[in-house]
Amino acid sequence: MRAADRDAAGLGPVRAFGFLAPALVLIGVFLVFPALWTLYIGITDYQLTGPAAVQPQVVGAENFRTALADPLFGNSVRLTALYALCSAVIGQNVLGFALAWLLRPVRPGLRRAVEGLVLLAWVLPGPVVAYLWFAVLSRDGGTLGLLLDRPATAWLVEYPMASLVVFNIWRGTAFSLLLYTSALAAVPPSQVETARLLGANGWQTVRDAVFPHIRGHVLTNTLLISLWTANDFTPFLLTAGGPNHESEVLPVLIYRQALESGQLGYASAISLLLLVGNLLVALVYLRLLRRRA
Amino acid sequence: MWRTTTTAPRVVCCLLAVSGLLTGCLGRTREADPTRNADAKEVTLTIVANAVSGGKNARGADWITNWVIPRFTEAQRAKGVAMTVRFEQNGAGDEDFKTKVALDLKTGGGADVVELDGIWLGEFAQAGQVRPLDEVVGAAEVDAWDGWRQIPDAVQGLGEFEGRRYGVPMGTDGRVLFYNKKLFAQAGLPVQWQPRSWDDLLDAAAKLKALPGVWPLQLNAGTAMGEATTMQGVLPALAGTGALVHQDGKWQGDTAHVRDVLGLYRRIHRDGLADPVLQQEANGRERSFALFAENRIGILLESDYFWRSVLDPVGGVARMADRDTAVGWALIPARRPGAGVGGQDFVSTSGGGVRVINPDTRYPRQAWEFLRFLNSAEAVKSSLAGTAQITQRQDVNDEVLAGDPVLGFIADRVLPITRYRPPLADYPKVSAALQQATADVVAGREPEQAARSYREALVKAVGEDSVAGG
Repeated sequence: MRAADRDAAGLGPVRAFGFLAPALVLIGVFLVFPALWTLYIGITDYQLTGPAAVQPQVVGAENFRTALADPLFGNSVRLTALYALCSAVIGQNVLGFALAWLLRPVRPGLRRAVEGLVLLAWVLPGPVVAYLWFAVLSRDGGTLGLLLDRPATAWLVEYPMASLVVFNIWRGTAFSLLLYTSALAAVPPSQVETARLLGANGWQTVRDAVFPHIRGHVLTNTLLISLWTANDFTPFLLTAGGPNHESEVLPVLIYRQALESGQLGYASAISLLLLVGNLLVALVYLRLLRRRA
Repeated sequence: MWRTTTTAPRVVCCLLAVSGLLTGCLGRTREADPTRNADAKEVTLTIVANAVSGGKNARGADWITNWVIPRFTEAQRAKGVAMTVRFEQNGAGDEDFKTKVALDLKTGGGADVVELDGIWLGEFAQAGQVRPLDEVVGAAEVDAWDGWRQIPDAVQGLGEFEGRRYGVPMGTDGRVLFYNKKLFAQAGLPVQWQPRSWDDLLDAAAKLKALPGVWPLQLNAGTAMGEATTMQGVLPALAGTGALVHQDGKWQGDTAHVRDVLGLYRRIHRDGLADPVLQQEANGRERSFALFAENRIGILLESDYFWRSVLDPVGGVARMADRDTAVGWALIPARRPGAGVGGQDFVSTSGGGVRVINPDTRYPRQAWEFLRFLNSAEAVKSSLAGTAQITQRQDVNDEVLAGDPVLGFIADRVLPITRYRPPLADYPKVSAALQQATADVVAGREPEQAARSYREALVKAVGEDSVAGG
């Protein structure tokens, strides 16, 4: 087939590329270049201060080997997986869907009020939210301690991961709620009604009549929120990775290695590993999505 | 079509080539010209410090704003120079401030005059982020300053690295045990107290434990407190076992001294003499200050900074109205009498800040003039604002220290027996490993185990050859 036959717009390759160029430049400058740059720093011993800040040496795959053997890295991978699984895949997903499902039959005014409140947690800036949660979880008369009659409990120190998981569910449920609300609107009411007439209970209705319609939404939503959660830096504002690395998820580990210990090369290597991990997770989800199609 | 499909790989190739060229930008060398803009008639200088009006080191911040800047600009105007001095205030944790300054200097930005903790000088110097004063402002200019003669050698050492001057020190400090006399009286302990060994210290703490709502002892531990753990915890304890952290060219590894220090932490936390949560939470150090001021901590190891800037009934961050009558101070005992470093009965550690000139400053001469002004006898005296502090200048110290009991005590009794941290670029890494070791012990690990992990971390950080002990 000749090239001209497939050039439906009649632009010609040069002009077509001209239209694409701005987008390609943006992607190149803000995506490809930083990724390659990270890769490059990741194979050096570049540091924030000290001799290696002036004359970094290329150390090859050394940083990656060190990271894979580093118990702190293993710890962070485990915590990140736990954090993403509990707070995003399970927490935000289930709570978001449950709210969307339960809010369907209620009055529009009430529904909008609830949605607005949930959305508020999503739109507030991170530092503001972190400050509020500090006040809730503080051991100097924090709200939670007062409610449970344990005013001296330092929640962020004694239950760091649990605190982060609850926090992130609270923070991120809005996205799942909105996505599922619009997804549920696309489920044919006749099928839900039929299921009800056939005597299906709530759970059976969701499983057999609703879920098949929104399977794609569930996968897309889970993909997005789990990637966001894995890259989330807000835990640093709450616990700074402490106590004693017990809540040091990967973004926090990267920050602390790069800027507190000054190991820019090593931190870049870990960043790249996180990037690869994210890509793998994304690939799995995309594979699942395609299988549905 | 075929032409467009080959464009994408070409773009990638181009980007690769560009990034390949740019990689030369990692790390960079600088050239300094001490005479650039020496005759400028319009000059803007910036000074950055970890001090903020109404917050951290408020007195220093107010001094720069209200005294230094007006007087310096006025003096310059008399010479026909339109001088503007900006003061960039910070109220952050020391580690955060260090990161900020390192990033500033690394990218060629930052203030013209920078206040640093003396212990960071080595790594900044090795990175070329600060340079010897000789190179930045010229050797003749530097040597001509008569202020050097007033600065004692030990204090000058704070501004030196590998035998070269990088900046002008800002005075020094000393560490002692501060204790609450009211709590001591309640627990039946003598209000004039001086422990002679670790056992004495722990016995007193055990008696304080009987008081409800009081934590007997605060010896900083853990990574959240950062350098405060090393400086106000590990190093004084280590000196009390007769060792320095860097000795005969090697760092203390898994040695008996380190295990003794970790054993001390173990005893404190096993017997419930200190609050373990405090060592682990963010802002634990600030909280310990507040608790001491509220009569809820019995004994606390700190620098004289604690007395003059934290508990100060007027400008402190954790004011204690009855500080002058309620707070006592004692020398830090060695493990046993005579077991301290150099065979001493008592030990201490000291540090101090230093002001350096940014090598990338546009006005090196004027920055040096500003630095000299900041360190003139008149300026140093006014910085004290009627209180006492061990300043960099002997002439000022002779005048002011007699008026303050704690500072007089530090100058007379502590400075002769104190030790400074080794001015080596590896020190911060060793310090971080020591903090982690104490965190492990507070979390319940055995000292032997923590010491082994500490050694592993140390070997990774500084190399096997630089570590002493098995």
